Amino acid sequence: MGVSLNWLKQYVDIEEKPEVLAHRLSMAGILVEGLEDIGGDMIMDLDLTPNRGDCLGMINLAREVSALTGKPVKIPEVNLYENAERIEDYIAVEIQDPDLCPRYAARVVKNCSVKPSPRWMQEALSNAGIRPINNIVDVTNYVMLETNQPLHAFDYRLLGENPRIVVRRAREGEPFTTLDEVARILDSNMLVITDGNRPVALAGIMGGMNTEINEDTRDVLLESANFLGTNIRKTAQKLAMRSESSMRFEKSLDINGVIYAVNRAAQLLQELADGEVVWGICDCYPQKAAPVEILLRPDRVNHLLGTDLSTEDIKGYMNRLGLPYDERDGHLVVHAPSYRVDLTIEADLVEEVARLYGYDNIPSSLPRDASRGGLDACQQFRRQATAVMARYLNEVINYSFINPTAFDHIMLPADSHLRRTVNIANPLSEEQSVMRTLLLPGLLKSLSTNLARRNLNLALFETGKVFYPGDDKLPQENFKLGAIVCGRSESNWLKYDVEMDYFYLKGVAEILLQELGCVQTSFRAEGVPGYHPGRTALLSCKGEDIGVLGELHPAVLEAYNIKERACALELDLDKIYSLSARRIEARAIPRFPAVERDLAVLLEKSIAVSQTVQVIREAASSLLEKVHLFDVYAGEQVPKGFKSLAFRLTFQAYDRTLTDAEVNAEMDAIRGSVQEKLEAQLR
Amino acid sequence: MLARLEQLSQEAQAALGAAADLEALNELKVRMLGRKGDITLLLRGLKNLGPDERAIVGKRANEVKARLEELIQLRAAELQSSLLEKRLTEESIDVTLPGLPLPRGSRHPLTRINEEIVQIFTGMGFSVAEGPEIELDYYNFEALNVPKDHSARDMQDSFYIDEDVLLRTHTSPVQVRTMEKMAPRLPVKIVVPGKVYRKDDDATHSPMFQQVEGLLIDRHITFADLKGTLMLFAQEMFGYNVRVRFRPSFFPFTEPSAEMDISCVMCGGSGCRVCSHTGWLEILGSGMVHPNVLAYGGYDPEKVTGFAFGMGVERIAMLKYGINDLRLFFDNDQRFLRQF
Repeated sequence: MGVSLNWLKQYVDIEEKPEVLAHRLSMAGILVEGLEDIGGDMIMDLDLTPNRGDCLGMINLAREVSALTGKPVKIPEVNLYENAERIEDYIAVEIQDPDLCPRYAARVVKNCSVKPSPRWMQEALSNAGIRPINNIVDVTNYVMLETNQPLHAFDYRLLGENPRIVVRRAREGEPFTTLDEVARILDSNMLVITDGNRPVALAGIMGGMNTEINEDTRDVLLESANFLGTNIRKTAQKLAMRSESSMRFEKSLDINGVIYAVNRAAQLLQELADGEVVWGICDCYPQKAAPVEILLRPDRVNHLLGTDLSTEDIKGYMNRLGLPYDERDGHLVVHAPSYRVDLTIEADLVEEVARLYGYDNIPSSLPRDASRGGLDACQQFRRQATAVMARYLNEVINYSFINPTAFDHIMLPADSHLRRTVNIANPLSEEQSVMRTLLLPGLLKSLSTNLARRNLNLALFETGKVFYPGDDKLPQENFKLGAIVCGRSESNWLKYDVEMDYFYLKGVAEILLQELGCVQTSFRAEGVPGYHPGRTALLSCKGEDIGVLGELHPAVLEAYNIKERACALELDLDKIYSLSARRIEARAIPRFPAVERDLAVLLEKSIAVSQTVQVIREAASSLLEKVHLFDVYAGEQVPKGFKSLAFRLTFQAYDRTLTDAEVNAEMDAIRGSVQEKLEAQLR
Repeated sequence: MLARLEQLSQEAQAALGAAADLEALNELKVRMLGRKGDITLLLRGLKNLGPDERAIVGKRANEVKARLEELIQLRAAELQSSLLEKRLTEESIDVTLPGLPLPRGSRHPLTRINEEIVQIFTGMGFSVAEGPEIELDYYNFEALNVPKDHSARDMQDSFYIDEDVLLRTHTSPVQVRTMEKMAPRLPVKIVVPGKVYRKDDDATHSPMFQQVEGLLIDRHITFADLKGTLMLFAQEMFGYNVRVRFRPSFFPFTEPSAEMDISCVMCGGSGCRVCSHTGWLEILGSGMVHPNVLAYGGYDPEKVTGFAFGMGVERIAMLKYGINDLRLFFDNDQRFLRQF
């Protein structure tokens, strides 16, 4: 909001330079975002906090300046020359819905001459961003800017015979054409002003075409009312018509300000439109608002602020703010003026003291307590997961909402539980309308975006929550980890680069699981929707599934416009946390030499290495320390449908040096077993 | 015989210098000191001499022998070291060739900043608390003193699931959730990192972003404690030269409320484009916990006080890393990610 400094000076003397005043206001909570010199007048651009809507009015802003500088506020005196007629003979006001309109005051000014308002007034309005129209309308806007009380002027003669202002909720579907010439259909939550027969204004927002001030207007009915802010806001929103008036009502207004404002407007009409003011105000105010009294305890002020202010200091600030008070038992009882609708509790007054004292003058200290703080075990676990993955892959962050078509793209079956989503009622777009139930769609999108930009070798991961609808009011939130790789590791002159394929990602997964304390993870071949049927494993630990690792199905990749092969990993971090053994038990280094023997076997291709290792281990005693696979071969010299595996077996006793005979016996048992159980040929 | 000994000694020493490699040296050693070497043979002739002469010649012969052995050893060491030198010269590599590019990933810049913020506060004794990202309207608004029909509840601002459930618009709901869990124990001293959601999507707004919230409730927490804690944070985060200032502000869940500005990290406070030529950057909102919020959380506002604060992780990351486009964070371009 732009505020003219010259205009403001009519209400309070200002000796400070504009920059100094702007700084002082900002540091007291009335943020001045900019200062602009317009024709010798300085315009302050205010960014008001929602609680200080009162400062949209010049007089209230002057009160702020006064509190800072100590210069008194000069409120324009209103002198009316009322005629001998009585307002009751002109208008009656009835409020049918006092919950939405606690007060409605009206005055009548007769025999006005409609013409352009004086230059000073037009300039004042223009500086504030309001278009001058004619002296009548301009006066209502000017007084609004001055007092913050929106006013409306009706052409009295257009209100019909013996008009009676009735404030009521609109009827469902009631038509009404506002001043901006738009025909609107109202509903029963909206408040209208009627002349007893038909709506003449949409309360607090805009008047009607039917009673608009025009060239022929002679008699004017001035409305100065108080409406319920939340209702005005809803109506303005529903009709998409925020106005200077509705913007003010939304923030709640001074219920006692209506009288001054209507008088001030009448006075200006008298002066600028040669109007004749009818005696009296028709003030309908069925339920008087109770005055606000707030207890302010000086020791409480210091207790909250960490200051050492005396009662006298605090009284001084109240005086400067123009907040009257009584003293009672060493405390102040502050009578909050009705224009300060933001002051309701003691803490509000503490802030008043603090901002006048100056936030920067409040000392600073550090709290003294014995808290140890830190991350709990689960938080550390998650941080560790991110740290390990970030050694090898680049972390991405995707939105938590996805496009529901993603489920088709990743080939989820129609009955998959992952298709049951938490849906956003008012999404930004269909593409961001459901909460993700898995991380894969986001990772695929990231991969696809990068490939389109010619970033060809990619290793990406993400951790974050997925959401499942449940029986409770709130959905279930699970922490997941996902990764996707594609292309090769960085090429180099040493020729050590490798394909980032299933085994690359499996290597990362194995390190991750080991570091997370999830030992003995088994990988078993299993078909998973969206994945390559022959290159996918389910991961499990202690008999519970913890995730999936595999090459993505070509159809899925195609759906994301990915031409390359890509592999993905999806892990349930919450489950892994519950399964992980976070204790490390170290073992002594053996004092006796180990014995290594090689074992080469020729097997049917379909027999898994894990199965072979299991047979080897079962055949051996506990002396078998390690089974290391060092070669897999299928090609020349190996019959079709077979493969050759070569293992290095390490035998170790912790209490003696093993003899050849002992190791030979172990090897014999192993050889016999693989021959018998796997029908393997020894080589 | 003595003369012959001297002659052999001189001959040997001359040959020593001429021995170009270890092989030649070894040959010399055999020729002189071997079982059939010249000096060995000469020594064998000692037994034919008389006792006096034998003593003189014998002594001298042993001296010559010892001296030769020593010289051969020295020469051998010399040859060995020049041989090693030669090998090392031949083995030199181009040390400027790139090293093996082991896989190297990265944490997302927002993760880095998030962890850094949390680290600073856990160092001050704060614990980390978390809460659901899909939240009840009650915790997101009502218990934070944002009554029904308050403008902060506008459908324009929030993503709703249904009437009572929405994507949390800030991390503040965890304040009341934690208080409920903790009451009446003291202190409540937490930071809350997490994702939040608002219905905004343009150059300076992302519909999903991250915040870190803080809350400290105890018997004697003051606004001065708030200032001290947040000043220390600013210095840890932006360096000890950073200046801070506090301005009155408004949040429904704090009273008094304060905005903390830091001196611009780009220009140091002299004014630049980043700080709109004010020299200051708004960095976080804070305040003393509103009595209504304390009451919602199960604490008596007359017995305890507290402060709360909240900051946007994206904003801090942009300032720390000199990032000028918010969208880069969610674009996930590898060329961006690899810089961290």
